[in-house]
Amino acid sequence: MRIMINNIEHLVDNSELVEIIKQYGAKAPFAVAINGEFVAKSNYATTQVQPDDLVDIVSPIFGG
Amino acid sequence: MPYLLNSPFKKASLNIMKELSNSQLMRYSRHIMLKDMDIDGQEKLWNSKVLIIGLGGLGCAVAQYLTASGIGELTLVDDDTVDITNLQRQVLHHEASIGLSKCLSAKASLRAINSEIRLNTIEQRLAGKHLADVITKHDIVIDCSDNLITRNELNLQCYQLKKTLVSGAAIRMEGQVSVYDMQATTPCYQCLSQHFGEQILTCVEAGVLSPVVGIVGNMQACEAIKVLAGIGQPLIGKLMLLDASDMSINTFSILKSPQCSVCGEIPFISE
Ligand SMILES: [Zn+2]
Repeated sequence: MRIMINNIEHLVDNSELVEIIKQYGAKAPFAVAINGEFVAKSNYATTQVQPDDLVDIVSPIFGG
Repeated sequence: MPYLLNSPFKKASLNIMKELSNSQLMRYSRHIMLKDMDIDGQEKLWNSKVLIIGLGGLGCAVAQYLTASGIGELTLVDDDTVDITNLQRQVLHHEASIGLSKCLSAKASLRAINSEIRLNTIEQRLAGKHLADVITKHDIVIDCSDNLITRNELNLQCYQLKKTLVSGAAIRMEGQVSVYDMQATTPCYQCLSQHFGEQILTCVEAGVLSPVVGIVGNMQACEAIKVLAGIGQPLIGKLMLLDASDMSINTFSILKSPQCSVCGEIPFISE
């Protein structure tokens, strides 16, 4: 299925969020939002991504 | 009623607001002409006390615009001195300020912009009860600090004292802004930062494009003014992400986390 990850189109064959994060190669620390809403880390394992979902993998910044 | 007027609570009980003078009505007329702001909104700014933590790139931008905007009282907190690598982005500090405390350097620049507002400086790194005492005396806190430890402590104290926190951060060509009003149903900074662990990356290590801190700091100033004047819709419970490399802005909702160590169901209490 087709999803967007950080505004770039990706074709994935697995709908599990954990797998998608792994395949994308996201390096900790990061937070994940689906369709503009952050997903709690404790829900990663049970979260399924739907076709055309907007997935954002966001890195923290603390600089001032 | 002399009894009431002598009461230490007279300000709160009578809700006395400092009024704007005629020359101030003129000075801030471009604000007052904004339908939502009007004289009421400007008067709220004039009666507001804002705490700015950090006078680096973000803090300079925030303080500059809040000073020009006519906030009644600003307190600047930073324990650092100006060095030559600051001048690229910290616009209140000048070449002649190298070696001076950032508080005094910024205060001199701000005083030249607006002689009417009250400017307090604290040349220390505040923590614990001292920080709580300072926060209590202000209406809103603006986090312009450069590290996660300070950010988490400010969040914890603002949550406990129910003070709105305007958070901003910048690095490379990226920025983040969010507002936490610390109410029962809204998230706090920790609800977001718990995702990120303990990694600390500052501008020293990664570099930052000068105008990016200006953009982010001005967004923080804008959010603070909106909260204080009661106009617009502040980014409460939202995280705005700026990527200046393509000038894209994305806004995300932060959900209140039941497991949050600060605002969750079993809150963590610090001494
Ligand atoms: Zn929280």
